[in-house]
Amino acid sequence: MGTLSVNIGGLELQNPVLTASGTFGYGEEYEDLMNVNSLGGIIVKGTTLLPREGNPGPRMAETPAGMLNAVGLQNKGVDYFIDHIYPRIAEKFSTEIIVNVAGSTVADYEKVCEKLAPLPRIRAIEVNISCPNVKQGGMAFGTTTAGAAEVTRAVRKAWPKTVIMKLSPNVTSIVDIAKAVEAEGADCVSLINTLMGMAIDVERRRPYLSTITGGLSGPAVKPVAVRMVWQVAKAVGIPVIGLGGIASTRDALEFIMAGATAIQIGTANFIDPSISEKVAKGLAEYCAANGLKSITEIRGII
Amino acid sequence: MKREIMMRVHSARVYNGGTYGLLKLVPVEGILPGDIEPGQFVQVDVPDCKGAFLRRPISVNFVDYEANELWLLVRAAGKGTRSLIACVEGQQLSVILPLGRGFSMPEKGGRVLLVGGGVGVAPLLYFGKVLKDNGYVPEFALGARSAGDLLMLDEFEKYGPVHVATENGELGTKGFVTQLPAMAEDIAHIACCGPTPMMKAVAKIAKARGINCEVSLENAMACGLGACLCCVEDTDHGRVCVCTEGPVFNINQLKWEL
Ligand SMILES: Cc1cc2nc3c(=O)[nH]c(=O)nc-3n(C[C@H](O)[C@H](O)[C@H](O)COP(=O)(O)OP(=O)(O)OC[C@H]3O[C@@H](n4cnc5c(N)ncnc54)[C@H](O)[C@@H]3O)c2cc1C
Ligand SMILES: Cc1cc2nc3c(=O)[nH]c(=O)nc-3n(C[C@H](O)[C@H](O)[C@H](O)COP(=O)(O)O)c2cc1C
Ligand code: FES
Repeated sequence: MGTLSVNIGGLELQNPVLTASGTFGYGEEYEDLMNVNSLGGIIVKGTTLLPREGNPGPRMAETPAGMLNAVGLQNKGVDYFIDHIYPRIAEKFSTEIIVNVAGSTVADYEKVCEKLAPLPRIRAIEVNISCPNVKQGGMAFGTTTAGAAEVTRAVRKAWPKTVIMKLSPNVTSIVDIAKAVEAEGADCVSLINTLMGMAIDVERRRPYLSTITGGLSGPAVKPVAVRMVWQVAKAVGIPVIGLGGIASTRDALEFIMAGATAIQIGTANFIDPSISEKVAKGLAEYCAANGLKSITEIRGII
Repeated sequence: MKREIMMRVHSARVYNGGTYGLLKLVPVEGILPGDIEPGQFVQVDVPDCKGAFLRRPISVNFVDYEANELWLLVRAAGKGTRSLIACVEGQQLSVILPLGRGFSMPEKGGRVLLVGGGVGVAPLLYFGKVLKDNGYVPEFALGARSAGDLLMLDEFEKYGPVHVATENGELGTKGFVTQLPAMAEDIAHIACCGPTPMMKAVAKIAKARGINCEVSLENAMACGLGACLCCVEDTDHGRVCVCTEGPVFNINQLKWEL
């Protein structure tokens, strides 16, 4: 067991650094620019039962210390992933590959899980019940305790390995949602997905995004995310994966001190494509400099 | 292969009172990657700019392998590009390159016209050089609002005949590039970059006359690496990322109503 190794609900990671779904493609987009295998793992793009075109453009707007996106879960579907993408990345990468699963109905989630279950290199799924960019399903499940519980229950039956439920910050009490998914057998929760936001081009007198509203990410959301991770980590017994605006080792440490077992890096990959590798190294240096035998010694100290 | 390299501003000059800037960058260490193709772009991390959070995509204007220089021609469109233009000699920038799919080599034989509007002339300079090096005789059709917005004409002249149009008639033909006599003659291949309405006007002519035509798109981007799916364009093979499948597309691939 290394200084940085952590366990997220049954899955052992060599270090706590993961890349956030939708910001790191399938890892291949970054392989020229960094060593993907230096990470604890990668979380691939939201994967649905059938192919999805996503929303029309424009899908992106820069905002103060962040960005809005309205991608809307564009992906080629789970069968394409299994037949074409998985064999390639399973061969290339030795680090953990986690699939982010999304659906419009509970049955969709179930079917995607059943299809992915036989893949030996996929040892965990992250269940997206928090995407603000799709009309049906997505965030709708993640904004009520009953909806979140229902998806967790179904996924728990269809997926024998580690289940990570990814929570939406667009709720009144994220703690209640976290407790609800824990009660239905989730092994782990990750938070936060993007915050619903909006930006208007005043010259053209219209919204920047084709969908009008979109998901806010980047440093702008970090204090909200740290607060939510802290609240949830205090309230549940399962591991918490923290994300939202992490762009440095210090940011990662903040989440760990707030109670996160592992962290994810999203939007920051766009600015510094090797930031995730740097944060993994930075955490190791921090442990060495502070005489920590395990990064877990500082987890949840706040 | 994509690389992130630190580059130093070797020289910086401005045009038209700071509306445009030309940055000549050299790697802080080592030599430029040898695989940079015309029409590709780079992602620049804008230094010291409050508000420019993401990198900015900028076309490869020119690569001078002898001088180990990468040139970027930038129009002040907003805060990030203004900061880039304000860069001074010696300043260092992180650049990811080369990105995307550039212009394709035309079939040999017919007339090749490189059509640019405004700062859209940028990628045509290096394409012109590569075409000339490969035995083509490229011609340039360059348009802008006024004479001050026509950039780097002396450089273009090194690689082929240059036809110019200005909207106010200060230089060359009065009007748009599409009104140039050079556009009316026989053309086999067009490579075009500029504002979307201009590219659509050129594409319309090309389509009507059966001219093979490529255009370079400027959809808003976040990663530039094919990872975020923010930059999509609808094509005959679905909704694709402009940063990896483009920025250069054949007009027949696009869903433009012409
Ligand atoms: C492949 C590619 C190659 C390019 N090559 C060049 C080049 O060689 N030279 C060059 O000068 N430029 C080039 N551009 C354009 C350049 O990237 C933009 O002008 C630049 O990103 C603008 O950044 P800024 O910070 O200056 O402007 P900002 O301050 O970000 O915005 C400038 C203007 O754009 C509007 N705007 C901002 N965000 C959006 C949005 N999401 N959707 C619509 N409008 C928005 C704002 O309202 C404002 O009016 C290229 C773009 C691409 C995609
Ligand atoms: C362009 C983009 C696409 C995203 N796609 C997904 C997705 O498919 N599934 C998902 O669960 N989250 C998705 N997210 C949310 C991120 O995984 C992450 O939760 C959020 O961006 C906050 O982290 P950050 O501030 O570090 O980016 C996306 C975010 C961005 C910016
Ligand atoms: S800009 Fe991210 S995929 Fe093209």
